[in-house]
Amino acid sequence: MTAVRQSLSRISAIARKEFRHLRRDRLTGGMVVGVPLMMTMLFGYAINQDVRHLRAGVADLSGTQRARLLVQDAQATQVIDVVAAAQSVQALEQLLVEGRISVGIVIPADFDRRGAGDDRPRAQLLVDGGDPIVLAAARGLVSLPVSDRFANPRLATARAPPTFELRAYYNPERRSPVHIVPALCGVILTLTLVLFTAVAIVRERERGNLELLITTPVQTPELMVGKIAPYVVIGYAQVTLILLLGRFLFSVPVQGRLLDLYVGAGVFVAASLTLGLLISTVAQTQFQAFQMAFVTFLPQILLSGFMFPFDGMPWPARWLSEVLPLTHFLRIVRGIILRGASLGELWRDVWPLLLFFSLAISIAIARFRKRLD
Amino acid sequence: MSGELAIRTRGLTRRFGALVAVDHVDLEIPRAAIYGFLGPNGSGKSTTIRMLCGLLTPSEGEAEVLGLHVPADAEKLRRKIGYMTQAFSLYGDLTVRENLEFLGEIYSLDAKLRRTRIAALLDEFHLADRSAQRAATLSGGQRQRLALAAATLHEPELLFLDEPTSAVDPQSRRDFWESLFNLVERGTTILVSTHYMDEAERCHGLAILDQGRVVAQGPPSLLMRDIDASVVEIEGDALRAARDALSRLPEVQSIAQLGQRLHALVDRRLPAPEVRLAQVLESAGVRAHVALARPSLEDVFVAATRRESGEEVRW
Repeated sequence: MTAVRQSLSRISAIARKEFRHLRRDRLTGGMVVGVPLMMTMLFGYAINQDVRHLRAGVADLSGTQRARLLVQDAQATQVIDVVAAAQSVQALEQLLVEGRISVGIVIPADFDRRGAGDDRPRAQLLVDGGDPIVLAAARGLVSLPVSDRFANPRLATARAPPTFELRAYYNPERRSPVHIVPALCGVILTLTLVLFTAVAIVRERERGNLELLITTPVQTPELMVGKIAPYVVIGYAQVTLILLLGRFLFSVPVQGRLLDLYVGAGVFVAASLTLGLLISTVAQTQFQAFQMAFVTFLPQILLSGFMFPFDGMPWPARWLSEVLPLTHFLRIVRGIILRGASLGELWRDVWPLLLFFSLAISIAIARFRKRLD
Repeated sequence: MSGELAIRTRGLTRRFGALVAVDHVDLEIPRAAIYGFLGPNGSGKSTTIRMLCGLLTPSEGEAEVLGLHVPADAEKLRRKIGYMTQAFSLYGDLTVRENLEFLGEIYSLDAKLRRTRIAALLDEFHLADRSAQRAATLSGGQRQRLALAAATLHEPELLFLDEPTSAVDPQSRRDFWESLFNLVERGTTILVSTHYMDEAERCHGLAILDQGRVVAQGPPSLLMRDIDASVVEIEGDALRAARDALSRLPEVQSIAQLGQRLHALVDRRLPAPEVRLAQVLESAGVRAHVALARPSLEDVFVAATRRESGEEVRW
């Protein structure tokens, strides 16, 4: 009986000690509340499987009142938000390549004449098939009725042809590896690289190496650049491996130029490494660095457009995801691999990465002191 | 000017919150000598060394190291100093040679000089046959020799050693000090902190630190000669009883047991203290042999720290 009591009191001693650790480790304590808070907010508000507000462009070649009404009706479904107008189909396709829109509406010049008894669809819906959720959402528009307010209502028959002919670009066979592999490239780089450098400086501090290192003539920028340089090489090795696997196991070829892809990946790798470096200058222990890295993973993976399309998110989530490197890299990598875009056409997503890299490394260098106080 | 001084500080102070780790320390440390910091843990030895290296910013006061102001000119100082941290701070997963190569490159030694320096150091510190071994697998003494080799690789003018022998066996400690004297002969200035009396006694100059303050300063021989107390040695079987009897006397400042002996520090104004103490012991019925003794550094340390803290130090 006393043995049981002693055992219970030892368990209680350990449990109370553990609570003390938690209370004194503010970061872990913060995660107890922070992680559920963040996850719930993200899943509850930001992540919306019922995708709406896809960015759309319109090439209205007919210019008729009826065509404008059709676009208005499409917009009224809230599935799309018309953000651009194009003068030609080519211009619309270019917007699609650049990733400015994910849906394009082509209204042919003979729009008004079509549908009057003939079985052809009246217009075309060009959809970025790189994302199956976007494709599924766009499909909801296919049978949107044309409001023929000016036409004879008797013409509206039950067997009317679909309004839109849907053309899925970049992934006509609708295979999921085509969608997943390029994105995975970014996710894998994020998961590995941020962690590598997040522990880079903390580890030296924990092992006592740093006290020696900072009494040498080594300069802070030298230390920072030297720390991330090897991981750029590792990042490139990972990119190559993923691309080879994608090409030969999953038949996902690179449509764009390989050089563009490698330059884009280099910028992203640098940005991710400096994010890790920044964590390393804040964290006091390797464990804290792991925790902080984990905290940056969640929004990157959930909000970047990897798991859920960007278009379905409310503006605060979009604003946050625009800050994250993975968001931009996913657009770059999908643009180059799937749509054959050039890096120049994707400049909109290149400069934020460059900016992120410059800011993060400047802050990391500024935060790091060759002092112990 | 401080041409012949390696280090000069005025009112050097460092506070951590409410704690005053280093309290208005004035130092004048000459070049080409071994200067020791003697004090218990927490007396401010490491903090002072870190301020002199430019690793910690002083809260107050100023420090001039090799003619440069720290921490303002700390970067210029880097090439001229070597620092051996209290804990082993080289890379455990690199080999002995890789560690030295790395530091050689950090200090921008050209390839040829690096090769000859590393070869010379491996030889001098008996590490040649260990050069391909990872540092983590070295013994305490080997590790400490490697750390000293690394700290002296770039031939610094001034070497800071923070409790370099605290994890080392006595033989290694003797060898280590041999190496230090060799360095001093070649003109290096060495500042070493320790809590070993025998090591402190080997220094050319010494500062005794207690609770962040310098409580005594000077060459060990002078400190022992000028001790502000008479040292009386008591030998006998009933040391506990002797101690109880003597510690009640107001003129006895402290009593420390050293094996089978007691050392009592007695107010030096008391004439013939050994006679007085013998009388006290006799009347207390304690049989013991009482004699005046030559003060040891430990006596100096006890006398110095006692006077400062104003209370009796028991060992």
